[in-house]
Amino acid sequence: MSQPVQPTVGGAVHSPRRGNAVRKLFRIYLEKPELAGVALLILLTLVFEIRSNGVFLSTENLRGILGLLPEVGLVSIGVTVLMICGEFDLSVGSMFALMPVSVALMTNAGVPFVPGMLLGLVIAALVGFANGFITLTFNIPSFITTLGMLFIVRSLTVVITGGFPPLLSSDLPIGIFTQFLGPGGILRASFIWFAIIALAAGAMLSGSNLGNWIHATGGFVDAAAAMGVPVRRVKMASFVLCSMMAGFAGTIQVFRLGAPLPSIGEGLELQAVAAAVIGGTALTGGVGTVLGAIVGALLIRVIDNGLVLSRVDANWFKFAIGALTISAVVANSWLRQTARRIKVEA
Amino acid sequence: MTTPLISVRNLHKWYSSVHALKGVNLDVPPGQVCGLVGDNGAGKSTLIKILAGVHRPDRGEIKVDGRLVEITSPKSAMKLGIETIYQDNSMVPTMSIARNLFIGREPLRFAIGGLGLIDHRRMREEAMSAISDVDLQVRSADALLSELSGGQRQGVAIARAMHFKSRVMILDEPTNHLSVKETAKVLAFVRRLPAQGITGILISHNLHHVFQSCVRIVAMARGEIVLDRLVEETNVEEVSDAL
Repeated sequence: MSQPVQPTVGGAVHSPRRGNAVRKLFRIYLEKPELAGVALLILLTLVFEIRSNGVFLSTENLRGILGLLPEVGLVSIGVTVLMICGEFDLSVGSMFALMPVSVALMTNAGVPFVPGMLLGLVIAALVGFANGFITLTFNIPSFITTLGMLFIVRSLTVVITGGFPPLLSSDLPIGIFTQFLGPGGILRASFIWFAIIALAAGAMLSGSNLGNWIHATGGFVDAAAAMGVPVRRVKMASFVLCSMMAGFAGTIQVFRLGAPLPSIGEGLELQAVAAAVIGGTALTGGVGTVLGAIVGALLIRVIDNGLVLSRVDANWFKFAIGALTISAVVANSWLRQTARRIKVEA
Repeated sequence: MTTPLISVRNLHKWYSSVHALKGVNLDVPPGQVCGLVGDNGAGKSTLIKILAGVHRPDRGEIKVDGRLVEITSPKSAMKLGIETIYQDNSMVPTMSIARNLFIGREPLRFAIGGLGLIDHRRMREEAMSAISDVDLQVRSADALLSELSGGQRQGVAIARAMHFKSRVMILDEPTNHLSVKETAKVLAFVRRLPAQGITGILISHNLHHVFQSCVRIVAMARGEIVLDRLVEETNVEEVSDAL
């Protein structure tokens, strides 16, 4: 194009020097909302470390926190991806129980470990598919579809066990998830799985075209569709992924605990949404990161553990998570509005 | 006479019981900027949504370069070189300018079955050149779209259409929500489309905008074309009466 065309306003807004630092902070926050969670995480770690006289960062204590993190972290990542895409999944807590119980029953019935795990993942994928299919075909809120699925899947889990938790066969190679690793056995093998899946999910979300489509679909579905993004398939894939992550996470937990209780994961769906929101994921879709999901999940674990170590009545835990969730959303919306106002004034 | 770039014959569209298009015929020769006017519900949006691949016609045929085509999706419209700029819904406010420019058409380092990793460096470079090609001044290609004014957003949409070498640019009420100054710039851009070898279709409520920037005016009412004149052969009163 030889001749420049000028379709727009000569745009870059110039700000008074005084406001520059503040505007820069707001801009960083808008581009990387999970950084607020990181800052809070560092702050709380320092506070708990001092309050607990150095116990908080001890190997034993970190082992406890890091052993549980892969389980809640994977669920939070799945929920975050789906929320970025503009949908919800409240059935993850039930899926967290259905897959391990199914795997236990199948392996007890003679199915080898690897096919058993794969079949378990297929079951999780089918539940995710059903969530997506019903939501998109009948055009109803996924909040409702997956609320129904929460009850259906939990009920199925109890029914297939006949009310008695199946035993976990002792010859299963569960060491590939539960083995202690690293100096002082600070990590479990599940952490490696978690790290690999988290890195892959992060690369998918920010580095792949599918990730771009997920953001676009959740950010503004009409624009995404007009640009040729297959929005229906993108949403279906996110539903399936979210459900599989939850089932896999539950299976890791059951291997760690050694007992496939049909009741595990109750209330986890809300904790996962809380973790996503605390990590900067927008309820309206289009915004969120894997790092944010992990930071949110870690914050919840750190608060749980830190309150106990600080000798605070453990019943305050849910209070703290609730307060943090509300503050995170209030802070997010306030910061976004303020950022917009600053821009308009400039 | 040259082969029309876009030729629409006997196009019909029903929305359940509403007959939105009643046998529309329209030929747009290459390099012409054609204004499409009409009241709400006249069928102009339906017509351009069919050309953009958002809706499918119920009957009738569309030819591009004299060749019969099926426009089955936005993607297939883009492949034919038809780019559409909507008044408000062609950009994702929560994403960066660079990502918005390439939604659905990301430059990939490799791909398996259509999915792959984005070549971020190439995307940023191409975004910068696409932006400077339309003389759009923005802080950086990484700025979020929500940081931009309405005019700047429309500039990004135009940059996208230009970057992907569109042959036909459909502008659906591009000046809605824009300031007077921004509107003038968009109209000036539309006037210069033929100089760049691009055919344009401008949809507008505002007859004056169409008279300022188009050489031909097509008026629609109740799903039919009621007037089709060169701008120099008609005036605002005649077009208003036809509507």
